[in-house]
Amino acid sequence: AKEMIINHIDSFIQERIEFADQVIASQGATKIVDNDVIMTYASSYVVEQVLRKAHADGTKFRVIVVDSRPKNEGKTLLKKLVSAGIKCTYITINALSYVMKEVSKVFVGAYALLANGNVISRVGTGVVAMMAHRFKVPFLVCCETYKFHERVQLESISFNELGDPDDLIATQRDDDDGEVLVDWRDNRKLRLLNLVYDLTPVKYVSMVVTEVGLIPATSVPVVLREYADKSKQLS
Amino acid sequence: VVCVASIFIIIIIIVIIMSVKSSTSSSSSSSSSSSLKKLKWGALDKVVETFVTRLKRREIRGSSAVATNTAELLRTIVSRAQFEDVGELMDTVRLVGRKLQLGNPMELCIGNIARRVLYIIRQETAHLLKVQKANKQRSDEAKQYDVGGVSLHKLLDEPAQSDVDLAKQSSEVDMVKLKQPICEEITELIDEIKNVRSQISELAVEHIHAKETILTFGLSRTVIEFLKEAAKLREFQVYVCESNPSFSGQTMALKLAQEVDVMTTCITDSAVYAIMPTVNKVIIGTHAVMADGSLVCYTGGRNITEAAKAHSVPVVVVVGLYKLCPLYADENSFNTLQAPSEILRFEQALIDKVNVENPAYDYIPPDLVSLYVTNFGGHNPSYIYRLLAEYYDPEDYEL
Repeated sequence: AKEMIINHIDSFIQERIEFADQVIASQGATKIVDNDVIMTYASSYVVEQVLRKAHADGTKFRVIVVDSRPKNEGKTLLKKLVSAGIKCTYITINALSYVMKEVSKVFVGAYALLANGNVISRVGTGVVAMMAHRFKVPFLVCCETYKFHERVQLESISFNELGDPDDLIATQRDDDDGEVLVDWRDNRKLRLLNLVYDLTPVKYVSMVVTEVGLIPATSVPVVLREYADKSKQLS
Repeated sequence: VVCVASIFIIIIIIVIIMSVKSSTSSSSSSSSSSSLKKLKWGALDKVVETFVTRLKRREIRGSSAVATNTAELLRTIVSRAQFEDVGELMDTVRLVGRKLQLGNPMELCIGNIARRVLYIIRQETAHLLKVQKANKQRSDEAKQYDVGGVSLHKLLDEPAQSDVDLAKQSSEVDMVKLKQPICEEITELIDEIKNVRSQISELAVEHIHAKETILTFGLSRTVIEFLKEAAKLREFQVYVCESNPSFSGQTMALKLAQEVDVMTTCITDSAVYAIMPTVNKVIIGTHAVMADGSLVCYTGGRNITEAAKAHSVPVVVVVGLYKLCPLYADENSFNTLQAPSEILRFEQALIDKVNVENPAYDYIPPDLVSLYVTNFGGHNPSYIYRLLAEYYDPEDYEL
């Protein structure tokens, strides 16, 4: 019985995680054409695979990596892409409107896709999606089907994760004003808020790239239902 | 022989560079120095140069300080220098304004003040011409008519002074009589700049109701004064975006918690879309207001106002009208790029392979702003172009 479970888990990992990533990479790479300017936000393993695959296929494109505080995950992605030989530009999230005119597509990863099509992703993805929508740039979410969930949520506050507020204190400034908020606890009226995730509404998502194909965000419950039926059949 | 030839070539190159340098510098300095000689400046030239150097070194911080200093400098020039006629005075002011603006091209209020002074000169000249004409008529007609009524009637019948008339009659204007009213008007302008924050704050209580949640970003003294006035009568809380990479928002949060004594929460710029459903109102300051009601403000403003529009949250911009500029902008035109090291430390693996863009300003189109609260009341963004007519003359839009 134990062996059966272990085999099942192994095949799950194979099919729905590792193999899924490869399929998503090849599917997503078909969406990148020559002279594209691809924007991505923070760091997503799947998006990195998509970009690597497109680069390996010989497509000529460049990437704009958008980063934000306090995690600065975009920097890690930037290093990986540069070492792969992809031309990169690095900006913070505040410079979005400055570069968005040049962008042809936006690729982001996700932590979860909810049943109503909303995307839970790193905080700041909502801002990027909103600006892409404003400048009429397609916004693609790369997401494996194991991240689909039956829950529904309308905005980012009702269910979220709080990060360590002290992460906001350390800034990258070299001068004396570098750590203005270091004594924030001394002041009763001052609080720091470090949200980890945010919710991107379905109207901003152009397409979701999954291992079952390129689907609109509204089709998430359809996929969920298919998998639910399959698991019912197995049991 | 090889050494001699190489030295010879080096000498030739140096001579060529020196001649190019001297020709460009002499051409620019000759044009300005010849016009300066024409205008008989003397010691005032040094004052101007000192100010331009201070601007170039960014020693003067803040738009209101720059605006006040510019106005004081122009007032000094108007009162101390000798001018033959109004045209010379206006040319001087225009020249100085252009020079100062080049010292800091992003500080648009320099140009605004120069344009305001030119408008003041035009107004005072027109007024003085009218009075002179009325006096002349009065002395001519004193034998025939009653002094008071008819000539006053004639005065009212005078057609509006056009610029053509101004140029024709400028030689008739008494320069000595002109200087004092102009200097008084410039002093009033300086007072107006000083009182901007207190005048704006008077409207604060009307715009903030109890238990509101307000969002702001960056460090703006005007917003702090605005909220301070409202906090006297209303209870509210404030979210402040920290404004990467300057982190002026963090200083703002600290000041709000300490000086204004309201519940302040500092958030990251990326959380602005997530937090917007809980916000009632966005109140921001700005760097400049453009002719169509759009804004040039510090980075992060565009994200905030877009998120506010997406959630139907009103955006209130508190700004003094000396920041109103008769020019137009878009996302890339009025901007400077700052040091990339602010966002990406110099690291060997990345430094020469990555393009880093760190713009200092953001452009906000007029449809994202709900209301301008200025030192002369509240205005719709679509009304801003009418305010231009009150402060600037269309001839001066290009300094």
